Amino acid sequence: MIEVKGLTRYYGSFAAVSDASFEIEEREIVGFLGLNGAGKSTMLRVLAGLQMPSAGTVRVGGIDATAAPDALRRRIGFLPEDPPLYREMRVVEFLRWVGQVKGCSRAEVEVELPKVMDTCRLSDSAHKVIGELSHGYRKRVGIAQAIIHRPQVVILDEPISGLDPRQIVEMRGVVRALKSFATVLISSHILSEIAQTVDRILVIHRGRIVAEGTEQQLSGSLGDGTRLAVVVRGKLGACEELLGTSELVDGYELTEAGELVTANVTLRGDSREAFVKQLVSAGLGVRQVQDSMGELEQIFLELTRAAGAPAALESKKIATQIAAQKESDA
Amino acid sequence: MRGMVLVARRELAAYLNSYWGYAVIAAVLVIDGLLFNAFALGNQAKYSSKVIEEFFYFSFGTTVIASILLTMRLVAEERQTGTIVLVDASPLASWQLIGGKYASAMVVLATMILATMYMPALVFVNGKVSYGHIAAGYTGLLLVAASVAAIGTFASAISRSQLVAGFGSVVITVAFLVMWLLAKVADPPLVDVLSHLSLFDRHYRSFMRGQINVDDIVFYLSICFVFLMLASRFMAARRWR
Repeated sequence: MIEVKGLTRYYGSFAAVSDASFEIEEREIVGFLGLNGAGKSTMLRVLAGLQMPSAGTVRVGGIDATAAPDALRRRIGFLPEDPPLYREMRVVEFLRWVGQVKGCSRAEVEVELPKVMDTCRLSDSAHKVIGELSHGYRKRVGIAQAIIHRPQVVILDEPISGLDPRQIVEMRGVVRALKSFATVLISSHILSEIAQTVDRILVIHRGRIVAEGTEQQLSGSLGDGTRLAVVVRGKLGACEELLGTSELVDGYELTEAGELVTANVTLRGDSREAFVKQLVSAGLGVRQVQDSMGELEQIFLELTRAAGAPAALESKKIATQIAAQKESDA
Repeated sequence: MRGMVLVARRELAAYLNSYWGYAVIAAVLVIDGLLFNAFALGNQAKYSSKVIEEFFYFSFGTTVIASILLTMRLVAEERQTGTIVLVDASPLASWQLIGGKYASAMVVLATMILATMYMPALVFVNGKVSYGHIAAGYTGLLLVAASVAAIGTFASAISRSQLVAGFGSVVITVAFLVMWLLAKVADPPLVDVLSHLSLFDRHYRSFMRGQINVDDIVFYLSICFVFLMLASRFMAARRWR
């Protein structure tokens, strides 16, 4: 569905995206993961046809972004981080307008409108003035405007930023619903959110794709270790003795809170069952065992470190990049 | 063309939904009325044609100011609020965007200009003035409004804020207004070029007197074409910057 080869995008002399190449299949949800200023938004804006590539090719459904940008934009729905909404308009009125501007006939928009309202859970707000809606609802209207013309690709730049936990859960449902008819690209720096919603992750660092794959594949690329977060009832000393001597354990960190001890453990290979047996045999009361919550963060940090982590000196460069991007966006 | 109409309709609705459009129109009508009463009619006896001529003289200034005030927001506001992404991500061509926005501003300006008609109508009923004089004057006013609105649309397209856009429009318009002064100190053939570019002195006075010259119409339409084309080109070029 999407084929990108050697994509490079300059702002002045600064390369926000350098030689990026990847392919995305039809109806796949792909997450673009990276630090602020990594080049995610620039990449998505080029894919959405808002900006032209400085070098390289972008093809969506066989259409070249440079040769036929208008045809490309007809096939793509785009939601930037701040939803672009005319606040004085009512929701249905706005969606009708956007649908027609995107090239649909009035009749086509009328057919699509109820489905979009349903997908984005906006039916109860159809006739409300956009300026009076909550932030979460505005995000939904933002997604609705991106899909009203039934695009083949939906691009969502930081769709959950600024949402409260309940709205995040609702938004997750909306994003998953998009997969039934479109390929979805999402950018986020909220790593856990990316993992829960997407089929595949592209890790972007300094404008380059430093890794891609599922969470498991990315995790696997860092070695065979399994990371667990374990909560046990017992003495800190007993835990330390067990973990220090166990042949299954590669590394660990312990924190004590009252009677409970939390251990973040890295195992040699996938030896979870054997490790839990050891805990029980040692007389520790196992309260909770789960894959480490920080796993994705760790993967990300290690991947970006491998590609050259942003040192203090680097942060200046990144700030300049963000400013250049914002200037160009304006 | 359909895209242009869609943009124009939405823009027109935005004018009607905000206080700005109404405020500008109301202010222009009040000022026009005061100037008409105080100066065009005045206290001394005058020929009706002279009253009409002075009415169109004062209306020139208010029309220029209204055109700047009504167009400075056209594109700059979209950029400020981020809604420009909607059109950037759509298959709309830049000329459709610029054309639609310009057309909506012209509808508002034309409505405002035609709403001043009661003043020459009073002279027409109570004095002796020809239809042609009034028609010529209004043709001139509409052409001036169209030209300054095109300048304003261009300034708005290249600016990030409405204030900068307004300032840019003023600078360009004033430059066209003072060309006749520059022409006075220039040598041939530059003198002909500069005097021909004068927005008021060279091209508007004949409309005030009730004459319609083809070269004046061509001049104003050329200004419209050049500035709208520049605005459209600028919007298209943004994708590559």
